[in-house]
Amino acid sequence: MDLAKKLLKGDKRTLARLITLIENDDPHAIEVLKAIYNHTGKAHVIGITGPPGAGKSTLTDKLAKELNKRGKKIAIIAVDPTSPFTGGAILGDRVRMADLTNNPDVFIRSMGSRGTLGGLAKNTLGVIKAFDAYGMDYIFVETVGVGQSEVDIVKAVDTTILVMVPGLGDDIQAIKAGIMEIGDIFVVNKADLEGAHRTMMELETMLDFRQDEGWKPPVLEAIGRDNIGIGQICDNIEKHMDFLVKSDKLGYARRENVKKEIIEIAKGSMEVHIFNNNNKDNQLEILAERVANKEQDPYTASDEILKSFINRGIKND
Amino acid sequence: MDRPIRVLVGKPGLDGHDRGAKVIARALRDAGMEVIYTGLRQTPEQIVEAAIQEDVDCIAMSILSGAHNHLFPRVMELLKEEKIDDILVIGGGVVPDDDIQPLKDAGIAEIFTPGTPTTTFINYIKENIIR
Repeated sequence: MDLAKKLLKGDKRTLARLITLIENDDPHAIEVLKAIYNHTGKAHVIGITGPPGAGKSTLTDKLAKELNKRGKKIAIIAVDPTSPFTGGAILGDRVRMADLTNNPDVFIRSMGSRGTLGGLAKNTLGVIKAFDAYGMDYIFVETVGVGQSEVDIVKAVDTTILVMVPGLGDDIQAIKAGIMEIGDIFVVNKADLEGAHRTMMELETMLDFRQDEGWKPPVLEAIGRDNIGIGQICDNIEKHMDFLVKSDKLGYARRENVKKEIIEIAKGSMEVHIFNNNNKDNQLEILAERVANKEQDPYTASDEILKSFINRGIKND
Repeated sequence: MDRPIRVLVGKPGLDGHDRGAKVIARALRDAGMEVIYTGLRQTPEQIVEAAIQEDVDCIAMSILSGAHNHLFPRVMELLKEEKIDDILVIGGGVVPDDDIQPLKDAGIAEIFTPGTPTTTFINYIKENIIR
C-alpha cells in the first residue's frame, strides 16, 4: 500500500501515476482507492459544462486563478473526446491553462472520454477521489463539449456550472429538457457578443419556473478571455456550498450519488463476472448459435446465462 | 499493451509556427494515442511539469526558430533534476545535420527533420517508449 501512503503525504508523481492506473482499470488502483477512501469527502467538486467552444477551459483557468488567490489548492480534470475509431484523442484544454502549469497549488490532468458518452471520462469518479485524498480544496471537472442530454456530470460533482454563449438558439432551446435542468450556476460567457442580454433574459425566464427548494440558480455574465465576471462566479461557488451545507442537502446529494456509483460499479463487475467467465466455456457462442437458428429465443438464453452465473458465484482469480 | 500511449506535443520557445506540431498531434491521434497538446510558446519548465502531471510516455517537441540547441537540452536537464528517466523525448523541426549528434548526446532520443513520413515517428514512439 505504498502508493496510498505516498499519495496521502502529498507526493505529486504518485498522484500522477495513480491517475494513470485508475484510467487504465488497473487492479492496483482499486486497492489504493479502497485504502484512501476514508480521506475523501473534503474537497468541493465543481462541474463545468456547456457546448463546444463556449469557453469552458478559459473560464476554468480564470476561476482556478481567482480561487488560488483566495488561498486554495485546485485540481482540474479536463475531459476531451476519444475517437470511437482509433481510441486516440487530442487533449487540448491545457492550451488555455498554460500559465497554471507551474503553479505549485494547481494540478491539471487531461483525460480522454474513452467510450463514455455522458460528457465525463471513464473512471472520472476514481480520479476525483485521488485528488480529494491528495488534499485539494477544489476539484474542477470540465466536461467534453456537450449538446443537450449529457448530464452525467451531476452524478460526480457538488456544484454544476453551465456555460452558455449568446446566439445558440431561441427561448424554446432554453426550456428543453436535459442540460438546461442541471445548472446550479448559469454563466453567459462572451457577454460582449451581440445577443448576450437576450440569452440572459431567456435563462432567467426559464429559471423562474424551476422548482428549487431554497436555491435559485444565478445567471451571471462573464468574458472569460478578459477576466471579467470571474470574482462573481467564485462568490457564487462559495455561496452554493454554504447553501448545500446549511440546508443539509450536501449529505443527501452525496448519498444519492454514492448510490448511483455503487450500482455502476456492481453493474460493471457483474458484466465482467458473467461474460468473461462465460467466454471460457463458450456458453455465449453456443446460445447465440441456437438463438440465430430460432431454436431458442434471446430472453430464455439470457436467463440461462444468469442461471449459470448464479450457480458459479463470484470467483476472483 | 492495452493502454493508450500518452504523448505530450509542445512547442518550446518563441516561434509561432504550429502547423507541423498540429499535423503530428493529429497523426498520433489517428494512431490511437492520447495526445496532450500544450500549444505555443512553452518554457522547458512548463513542458516538464505538464509531462509530470499528465504522466506521459513521450515528450515530442517541435522548434522551427533555431533555438533547439538551447531548449532541447534544457528539457533533458530538468527531467534529470526531477529524476525522471522513463519518458522518451524526441524532437523535430528545422535542425541542421551537424546539430543532431550533440542533441542526442544531451539525451534527446531522436530528431526528425522536415519530410519525415508520419509513420516513421509513430513507429519510433511505439517501439521505443520505456514503460
